[in-house]
Amino acid sequence: MNNFDYVRPASVAEAIAAATAPGASYLAAGTNLIDLMKGGITRPGRLVDVTRLPGLDRIEHRGDGSVHIGALVRNAELAHDPDFARAYPAIAEALLSGASAQLRNAATVGGNLLQRTRCAYFYDTASACNKRQPGSGCDARHGENRSHAILGWSEACIATHPSDFCVPLIALDAVVEIEGRNGKREIALEDLHRLPGDTPERDSVLEPGDLIIALRLPPEAGGFAAHARYLKVRERTSYAFAVVSAAAALRIEQGRITQARLALGGVAAKPWRARAAEEILVGATPEPAIYQQAATAALTDAKPSGDNVFKIELARRIIARALTLAAAGTPARVPALPASPFSILPGVLQHA
Amino acid sequence: MSHRITLIVNGNQREVELNDPRVTLLDLLRERLHLTGTKKGCDRGQCGACTVHLDGRRINSCLALALSCDGADVLTIEGVALGDALHPVQAAFIAHDGFQCGFCTPGQIMSAIGLIAEGQAGDDPERVREAMSGNLCRCGAYVGILEAVLDAHNRVTTANQRRSA
Repeated sequence: MNNFDYVRPASVAEAIAAATAPGASYLAAGTNLIDLMKGGITRPGRLVDVTRLPGLDRIEHRGDGSVHIGALVRNAELAHDPDFARAYPAIAEALLSGASAQLRNAATVGGNLLQRTRCAYFYDTASACNKRQPGSGCDARHGENRSHAILGWSEACIATHPSDFCVPLIALDAVVEIEGRNGKREIALEDLHRLPGDTPERDSVLEPGDLIIALRLPPEAGGFAAHARYLKVRERTSYAFAVVSAAAALRIEQGRITQARLALGGVAAKPWRARAAEEILVGATPEPAIYQQAATAALTDAKPSGDNVFKIELARRIIARALTLAAAGTPARVPALPASPFSILPGVLQHA
Repeated sequence: MSHRITLIVNGNQREVELNDPRVTLLDLLRERLHLTGTKKGCDRGQCGACTVHLDGRRINSCLALALSCDGADVLTIEGVALGDALHPVQAAFIAHDGFQCGFCTPGQIMSAIGLIAEGQAGDDPERVREAMSGNLCRCGAYVGILEAVLDAHNRVTTANQRRSA
């Protein structure tokens, strides 16, 4: 690990001033950053420890039906907040399907949004990686790439964004509140992460010094609690990143879908909202044929970036399954294996 | 530049002078405070051998920067027994053969104590397995570990009920 200056500011203003310097990086729990620094992948000259900043560790359910989540709220704390889990079950399920209990106890909301890709070539400093070292090339493009992107990738980078949490968040129109050198602003979470294009080294639209203060879910986001699921295919039962995941949220009235939200994870450099699929679902009767149609629409622009053509069909199937399960109704309690497409009972279909 | 931090470790206040900001909580515990019960396995947050409780929550101490833990309350495997009496989770690991080589055991036990305190898994084996998935055991003692955690869960919750009755 490189050496660095350690700064612990007492206010947001001090933090922004300290983090605007070239080579500075914010430190929250460090569950991703310290790992990246140990591997020499990230080498910040200064760490600005934001864990003591006041007022960023609260979950506030507001009178207008929105919820305001401070950037320092821990993943586990949010997932187990009874009011939050009741109103946004797919988000709670996504959080609980990610990492391990120890990591969820430490990792923060803001840090989850800004975690880096888990592309093995990004992590291997002996490999060419345009995200780690701009202009060096992409060894993933013709390497071991079965888990890489199928949407929005470029010749410069085929990495995926690893967050589970972000997938239902973008489906529910989450907004990110940011404070930076020029004051406060907010952007849709959907616009936070960038597609790689020719500049994959820039994961997000944040500028130097920008600090995520909070995440907000608008009042409408609470209207999907009865029919919301997150499903995630992993290489092993637990404690693994998504190969492909999907968040599905529906409003069903008198046997018809009146509103639909759908997003995919593990398929692109950003959490992927599937609006064309949502349009197909609205007004339809919830049944398998329409789920297939929506799934096909969601993957229209997909193309393999390597040995991963299977992910396109896998994504279609996981969409259909997520919609089936969402339509069947949110379970009273998060399943024992959160977001698993498999039943824990051998031979029994989970959605039967 | 050196930094002085204060920690409460297993109930005792400890002051530590750090002349290098890169020290993790794990290295501070093992190398500076000589509490070597907490193990360094992968050192990358993947195996759980370094699990300790930070302000009452189980975490991976290998990914926590010691400087950032200034003022925190830390509980390690050395601090869970009551004098000569083993913690019920420690006793259950012995009773159920919850280990072979023992290297992952301190982390498994700290994780299990955290799991029981969190109260999310109850005595559902599937939920316990899932909630222990951050702790790897290369010997494959998982069957014994699961039995130990379930048994300890029942003992601890029964004892707590008796205490509050």
